Amino acid sequence: MNSSMIIEARGMNHWFGTGEARKQVLFDIDLSLPRGSFTVLMGPSGSGKTTVLTLLGCLRGVQDGSVQLMGHALKGATEAELTVLRQRLGFIFQSHNLHESLTALQNVVMGVQVRPGVADDLARRAAAQALGLVGLSDRLDYLPANLSGGQKQRVAVARALVGNPDMILADEPTAALDKDSAADVVDLLKRLGAARGTTTLLVTHDNRILDRADRILTLEDGRIVTTTDNP
Amino acid sequence: MSRILQWLFGRLPIGWLQLSHKRGRFMAALSGVAFANVLVFVQLGIMNSMATATLRPYAFFNADIMISAADANALAEGENVARQWMLRAFADPDVIAGTGLFIANAPLKRGDTDISLTTFGIDPSQPQFVAPQIAGNIASLQVQDVAILDRLARGISKEAAAAIRPQTPLSFETQNRTLTALNTFAGGGGFGGDGYMFVSNQTFLSLFASRSSAAPDHILLRLRPGADVATVAERLRILISDDSLRIRSYGDAAQEDLRYQQTKRPTGIIFGFGVLIGVLVGLVIVYQVLSADVADHLREYATFKAMGYGPRFFLGIVVEEALVLGVLGFLPGLVVGTGILTLMGKATTLPLAMTPGMAVTVFAGTVVFSVLSGVIATRRLAAADPADLF
Ligand SMILES: Nc1ncnc2c1ncn2[C@@H]1O[C@H](COP(=O)(O)OP(=O)(O)O)[C@@H](O)[C@H]1O
Ligand SMILES: [Mg+2]
Repeated sequence: MNSSMIIEARGMNHWFGTGEARKQVLFDIDLSLPRGSFTVLMGPSGSGKTTVLTLLGCLRGVQDGSVQLMGHALKGATEAELTVLRQRLGFIFQSHNLHESLTALQNVVMGVQVRPGVADDLARRAAAQALGLVGLSDRLDYLPANLSGGQKQRVAVARALVGNPDMILADEPTAALDKDSAADVVDLLKRLGAARGTTTLLVTHDNRILDRADRILTLEDGRIVTTTDNP
Repeated sequence: MSRILQWLFGRLPIGWLQLSHKRGRFMAALSGVAFANVLVFVQLGIMNSMATATLRPYAFFNADIMISAADANALAEGENVARQWMLRAFADPDVIAGTGLFIANAPLKRGDTDISLTTFGIDPSQPQFVAPQIAGNIASLQVQDVAILDRLARGISKEAAAAIRPQTPLSFETQNRTLTALNTFAGGGGFGGDGYMFVSNQTFLSLFASRSSAAPDHILLRLRPGADVATVAERLRILISDDSLRIRSYGDAAQEDLRYQQTKRPTGIIFGFGVLIGVLVGLVIVYQVLSADVADHLREYATFKAMGYGPRFFLGIVVEEALVLGVLGFLPGLVVGTGILTLMGKATTLPLAMTPGMAVTVFAGTVVFSVLSGVIATRRLAAADPADLF
């Protein structure tokens, strides 16, 4: 295993359904992501992008092929092992998925507290700092209902980054946002990720992001068809 | 609240924040728990007061062994017992004294007062068989038609009862005779009668002409100090050997009466069921609230799962919510329950009251059953699959 790679997948296949309805959606995926890289995954709807993300993000069990995430084999890992691995990842979903009863600050605190033994005041300070980085210092005590779509997604970015994850997995995080907010969010991801040495894997159609990516992978019908490295 | 829970669970009190976020539902849930608590408190209060009332007359007497008819499930129930069995019991070297106890209900009419008193006919020359508060005045019963009256009986005013003294006695009609109360003792109304009265067995027999001095309702025995009551009772059962009789230690007789009232009498069974229903109502309410809450937050829970939170975290949230509902629902339940029991006690003059024991029991039960419902409600959490979030 090459330790400069955070993820190494070899011959990954995936099926959905059972019996007659069983259908293969991923075919022989090979993929390596260097630590600290910023990779964009593209492809038409239904090509398998989300499935790749859920497999690499330990949200789904790997069925076939070898996948190493930070030196751990994902195939055959128990749910408890996957849960611990997920604590070292940050997720950003298309919808912000903030908890409606928690303030912006409390939502971000949840991203810190997942690791045991973090003191309460430390968690709050880290969360406030992360919200500062995404430009929401003046919205700490707002409930999600009182934030705009772009602000909510920025809280989600802060929540994903606050625990200093080894890797961020984002699935069309800007799809629900207007152009300006979308640009804000992607800028933040790129800038904050680079500053912390975080690896980022981003599914998007947004062309403006493409030239910021270190590498662009294109998926079609469950196969990686092109890999483009930006200089 | 937030701070206590933060300290208790060592994390953000998400359960509390989640519950208090939806105010209307939260208040409804708390009222539900409080209602269940009130239900249980009232039923328990009545059961307790039934126990107090059942055991009270036993405290008027001082005996080691009681011989009753086999069908005498309660003090004032069952056939008579032939007095000759007392003489037979004296054959046992440990039996040092015996007396017959007569019991019947007598109406008391005086002015507007029309009540029914459980009347005990006793031997006025044997003060060792009655409690000190009666023994002190037992000699007055030597005179025909004299009574010792229950000053806490229902329908007798406090002032009138307090005025009763040998110098200022109270006369009243019963069974076509005029009795005179020279002294009083502290009894109290129960479920069967309005109060109690002591007379001599001679007076008793003239009030109830159909009764015979040869057949009292129970026979009370005293034993030589240091004698083992259970052993002597067993010896007497062999000695007397009559299936139509029950020979028990006096303490057992009281406890068996209580058990009979609670498990065989319709009232006892109904109130026992009331407690069960209160518990069920509470269980269902808490379960409904918590499982609806889990269902409402599946997406958030799935997100937490994706972030790396494990099963214990989710169980913790639901337990936290259950504790909040249990504790906050209990407090108004306690206040309202105490109020209702006090009012009912005033209205019925039954010994109805909130006791610390009841409060502790119901609190513990509320917390345990709330947490139990919460644990059942977490089964719906399995539906939160983080892979569905993308
Ligand atoms: N949970 C699922 N059960 C069955 N089929 C699924 C499931 N998720 C995705 N698929 C199928 O797998 C294929 C790839 O889906 P997905 O990874 O979501 O593609 P993309 O994210 O590129 O749009 C699609 O044909 C889709 O219908
Ligand atoms: Mg998708």
